[in-house]
Amino acid sequence: MTDKVSMSLRVNGASYPILVEPRRSLADALREDCGLTGTHLGCEHGVCGACTVLVDGKPVRACLMFAVQANDVEVRTVEGLANGDVLHPLQKQFWENHGLQCGFCTPGFLMLAVGALEADPDMTEEDLREVLSSNLCRCTGYQNIIKAVKLAAAEMRK
Amino acid sequence: MSWVGRSLPRLEDPTLVRGAGNYVADVARGAASVRFVRSPVASGTILNIEKPPEGMVFTAADLVGVKGIKPILHRPDYVPVEQPILAKDRVVFAGQAVAVVVADHHAAAEDIAEQVFVDIEPVDPALDVDLALADGAPVVHEQAPGNVLVEGKVRTPGLDDVLKGAEATIKMEIRSRRQAAMPLETRGGVAQYDRVTGRVTLFASVQMPHMLRTGIADVLGIPEADLRVVAPDVGGGFGQKMSLFPEYVVLVWLARHLSRDLAWIEDRRENLMAATHSRDQAFTITGAFSSDGKLLGVDADMRSNVGAFSCYPVTCGVEPLMALAELPGPYAFKEYGARSRGVTTNTCMMAPYRGVSRPTLTFTMERMMDVAARRLGLDPVEIRRRNLVETFPHRTPTGLVYDQGSYLATMEAAVAAMDLPAFRQRQKKAWESGLYLGFGLSVFNERTGYGTPAYAARGMDIVPGYEIVDCAMDPSGYVQVRIGSSPHGQGLKTSLAQLIADELGVTPQAVRIIAGDTDATPYGWGTFASRSLVIAGGASKLAAGKIASKLKAIAAILLEAKADDIDLDDGLAKVRNSNKSMPIPELARAAYHQSHKFAGLGPGLQENAIYDPEGTFSNACHASIVEVDIGTGRVKIERFLVAEDAGILINPMIVDGQIHGGVAQGIANALYEEVVYDEIGNCLTTSLADFLPPTILEIPTIEIIHGCTTSDASITKAKGVGEGGLIGAPASVINAVVDALSPFGIEIFEMPASPQRILEHIRGKRTA
Repeated sequence: MTDKVSMSLRVNGASYPILVEPRRSLADALREDCGLTGTHLGCEHGVCGACTVLVDGKPVRACLMFAVQANDVEVRTVEGLANGDVLHPLQKQFWENHGLQCGFCTPGFLMLAVGALEADPDMTEEDLREVLSSNLCRCTGYQNIIKAVKLAAAEMRK
Repeated sequence: MSWVGRSLPRLEDPTLVRGAGNYVADVARGAASVRFVRSPVASGTILNIEKPPEGMVFTAADLVGVKGIKPILHRPDYVPVEQPILAKDRVVFAGQAVAVVVADHHAAAEDIAEQVFVDIEPVDPALDVDLALADGAPVVHEQAPGNVLVEGKVRTPGLDDVLKGAEATIKMEIRSRRQAAMPLETRGGVAQYDRVTGRVTLFASVQMPHMLRTGIADVLGIPEADLRVVAPDVGGGFGQKMSLFPEYVVLVWLARHLSRDLAWIEDRRENLMAATHSRDQAFTITGAFSSDGKLLGVDADMRSNVGAFSCYPVTCGVEPLMALAELPGPYAFKEYGARSRGVTTNTCMMAPYRGVSRPTLTFTMERMMDVAARRLGLDPVEIRRRNLVETFPHRTPTGLVYDQGSYLATMEAAVAAMDLPAFRQRQKKAWESGLYLGFGLSVFNERTGYGTPAYAARGMDIVPGYEIVDCAMDPSGYVQVRIGSSPHGQGLKTSLAQLIADELGVTPQAVRIIAGDTDATPYGWGTFASRSLVIAGGASKLAAGKIASKLKAIAAILLEAKADDIDLDDGLAKVRNSNKSMPIPELARAAYHQSHKFAGLGPGLQENAIYDPEGTFSNACHASIVEVDIGTGRVKIERFLVAEDAGILINPMIVDGQIHGGVAQGIANALYEEVVYDEIGNCLTTSLADFLPPTILEIPTIEIIHGCTTSDASITKAKGVGEGGLIGAPASVINAVVDALSPFGIEIFEMPASPQRILEHIRGKRTA
C-alpha cells in the first residue's frame, strides 16, 4: 500500500510528474505534491465539497478520488480560473457581490459552478440551486453565492 | 466624500477568490505530521498505553514540567478544574487526547496512531445535564461532588409576590440540544522551530492569537517572547477558535523538544467530537402575567451542560452566566429570579458558539410570549407591544443598561412588511385545505462591543475587552494599521479601512490593516462577541483622528492657514473657502523628512489609541412564515425577514452578510443540527452527513430591513451585528412551526424541532 507510483498529473494545462502512494487522494496530491493549495479540505468525507475540482470538465470531490485515478485526465482547479490579472466572471461576481466571507468553501463553489455552467449555460435558478446544494458554506447563508452565480451565468452567456 | 455607508467590495477577496489565501494547512508543507490518539471511552481509568515498536509516540508522562490548563473565575461559586494537556490517569470524555504521534506524513501518522492501544477501565459516565445533577450521579471531577462548576443566582425582592398574584402563570421546560459551531475549516496548527534562536512560530487557525500565546507560554513556563503566534487566513471560527486547546500546547512543546517543524490539521471527525460544543441547556421557566398581558416577573432555573472542562480564557461560566444576566432580553419586566448552573459531564467541553446562550434565551422568552398570548387571547404582536422596552437608557433587573434602541419600531417594521392580516386569511384557507402554514416572531437585543467593565463584572481572572490600534501613515501617504483584533471572515479589514479613510481623506485602498500576528500587532483580544467593529473600529477612528490632527497642523504651517480650517478629503488637505490645497502624500513625506519645520509636533505620523467601551445593544425582530408537512414533519421556510437596528452601517453589504450567515446557522439550530451522544458517551454525529448542516436548499431568501438608532455608547455610532442572526432565528422559526400546527394544540419547547420530533408531537407521542 505504501509503495509509491510514478505518474503525471495534468492540472490547469501543466504537467506535474509526481510520486504518490496509491492511497493518496487527488486532493492531497494537488495540495502537497503540486503545491496547489487553493483546493481546500473541509471534511474528507465527500460531504462539504470544499475540495471540488473539475476532472475532464465534471465537478468531482478531490477527497474521494485517488490521485492514481487521475492519470489520464485533465484536472482544473481554482488556480486555473483567472486569466492572468483578469478574474473569471464567477470570481468577479463572488467578489463584487460578497459571495464569500472566510473564503474556505469558495474554491469548491467556484469549481462546482464553473463545471455546471460550462455544461449548461442556460440552467434555471432552480437547477442552479440544486447543483449548489452539493456544497456547504458556513458563513454566507448562500444568499450571495446564488446571486453571484446567477450574475456570472448571465455574463458567461454573453 | 464618505466611504462609511458604502457597500465597498471587500479588500480581502481578490486573494481568496483566486484560491491564493493562506490557511493554516497551506503552510504545513515540509513539516512533520502530528496525530492525536483519542480516548474511545467517555469516562475511565487509564491502565496502560501500549506504543507500537516503530514510530514516535508521546504521552502525558513525557510532558515533564508542562502544566494543565486551569481557567479561573473569581467567584465563590466557581470550582476550578484543570485540563491536562494529555490525559494522565483517567479520561473524562470520548475524544480526549491521550497520546500524540509524530511521523513524516499524515497518512503515516494515522497508521501509527491506529496501533497505539490505550487500555481503559471504563466507569459509568455522567452525560445528560439533569441526570448529572441527580443524587448518586457519577462524579466527573472530585472537587465538584455535585457536578456543578459554577452557579449564579439573582432574585429581586418583589418576585414572590408577583408569582403569587399573577393572573396567568406560564410554565415551560425549555430544552436546547447540543450544537457545534462547525467552522468549515477545522482547527489546526503548524509550529515552525527556529534552530538558531530556539523560537517557535505557531501558525494556528484561531480567533485570539495574543491570548493563545499567553496561554501556551504560561502552561509551558516559557517567555512569551520566545513564541510568535500567527493567525493566517482563518476559515471561520464562530467562537470555536477562541479557546486555548491542549493540541496547540503539544505542538509547541514537540517543536521545541524535537527541534523540528510540525503540523497538526484536525480532521472533521475530531472537530465534531473533540473540539468544542455548545448550547446543551435545560431551563425550567415560570412567567407571571397580568390579565392584560403584562409580563410581571420571570423565575428561571437554568442548567447548562459545560462538558468535561472549563474553556480558557472565558471559562465554563460563559453560557450559564450569560443566561443569568441576559434572559430578560428586550422586555421591561421588573421582577426576576434565576439560578443558573454550569454542570460538568463526561462530554466534550462547552465553549462559545456565535450567540452564546442567547439563542436559547430568546427561544425561551419568545416561546413564553406566544404561549401567554394564546392563553390570554391576545395577538402575539400585541402582547409584545405591551412588554417591549420603550424608554432608554433602560436598566434591567440584573443591572445591565440598554443604550438607545428601537425595539418596538423594529418589530412593527417587520410585522408591517410581512402583511400579517393577509397572511392570517391565507393561513385559515390553507388549514381548510390541509396545508399547515404558520407565522413566527422573535424579538431580541444583542449586547455587543463590550469592554473590560463587562468582563470584570463576571469575575474573570483574565479580563478582555479593550483594543489598542497602532496607526501610521508612511512617507508615501499610505496607511498601516496594526490591530489586536483578529478577523476570520468578517471583512473587518475593509470596514476599518473605510472608517480610517474617512478620517484621513484617503481611499480605503491606501489603508493596509495588519492583524493576527503577535509580532506585528499590539496586544489585543481577537475577534469574538460582536466586538471588533465597535471596539477596534473605535480605536482605529481615534488613532486615525490623531494622525489627521497632525496632518492638519503640518498643512496649516505649509499652507499658511489655520489648522481648524483644513479638511482632509479626496487625497488632499484643503483650506476651507479657498483654492489652496496640498496632496496628503506630500504632507506625509514632509512629516518624516522635513520634521525640523514643524517644531513641537515631533517627527513622523505614528499614533496609537485605545478604546474600551461599556457596550452597546443592537436590536432586531425576525419574522418567518413556514409550511409544515404533517406527513413527514418537514418544515419549509417560505419567507424569512430580519428587521434590525445596529446604528450606522459602515459597509451595508458586509452587515447583510453577517445577518445572512447567522440566520442560516439559526435555522440549522431550529430544525436540523444536533450533536448526539449514545448512552455510554460515544459521540454519534461525527461526520457532516450526521450533523446535518443545511445546504442552499434549506435556507430561504433572507429579507433585511435596516433601522438606524445611534447612541453615544459607540464612538463610530456602529453597533455590533455578528451574532444577532443566530440569536433570533431559532425562536422565530419554531414559533412559526407551533403556529402552523395550532389546530393540533401543540407546544414545542425543544430545539432542534427535527422532522421526527415534529411528527411525534403531531401523533401525541411527545409532550412539550
